[in-house]
Amino acid sequence: MCMASEAPINCSIEVESKPSAVVDVCKEILAKLQEHKFDKDDIFAVHLTFEEAFLNAVKHGNKNDPTKKVKIDYSVTPEKVEITITDEGQGFEPEAVDDPRFGKGLYEPGGRGLLLMNSYMDVVKYNEEGNSVYMVRYKEKPTLSEEQSQTQV
Amino acid sequence: MAAIKPGISVEYSDNATIMRFTDEKILEEQDIKALQESIMSVIEQAERINLILDFANVRFLSSAVLGLLIRVSKRIYENGGQLGLCNINPKIYEIFKITRLTKTFDIYNSVESATEGLSEQN
Repeated sequence: MCMASEAPINCSIEVESKPSAVVDVCKEILAKLQEHKFDKDDIFAVHLTFEEAFLNAVKHGNKNDPTKKVKIDYSVTPEKVEITITDEGQGFEPEAVDDPRFGKGLYEPGGRGLLLMNSYMDVVKYNEEGNSVYMVRYKEKPTLSEEQSQTQV
Repeated sequence: MAAIKPGISVEYSDNATIMRFTDEKILEEQDIKALQESIMSVIEQAERINLILDFANVRFLSSAVLGLLIRVSKRIYENGGQLGLCNINPKIYEIFKITRLTKTFDIYNSVESATEGLSEQN
């Protein structure tokens, strides 16, 4: 477990590849978000996406093999939370996953986890191998006018 | 009202069967499987069910629950029944909107409006 601190938090944890292992790590990350005064929407978003990404790693990445591990790296600063989840699987191609919002996908039971991750996080990137996902959520989103004024400076 | 298993209760009214999720969070795969079994067993007991799933207590769910709802709806429609969802809190409703499941499911504000809505469709 990572120590509480007012400073930006950088943690690296390796846990057993089983669905129930998500609980403690998730609690730990959400507690850090509260310490850094992230609001309820941020906490809901990170909670949801962390659960989805972790379960993807256990189920699709590590194929429910309890001898494998899931590695979680995260950092929380007053501005943003960054999370990387890595499994020991073969990886996958996110572009090859059908959009569950259209056609047959709408009536399929699965396939919505990635969509939710992409919707609730500001950045979602996979490594080349496809077995590690990096996600970021900013506490305050830069508005268009801020971006424009920064460009003008 | 009877609690079938932890996680859901069932109530029978004249026009509909109301199943109410009792947990705030629905996440664990085992819990989701148990919920599905409970719901399916109630569906199988009726010839053509008008089922209302009440989300009033639910504050958090994973995409696996959406899968459960799809499976449940398929079974109900196969048997000529109807499904209504109700009392979905705004954050959970956002998940339904993002996934466009608002197009797939009949969603109502309350058990009463769901009962009325399903009766009108009969």
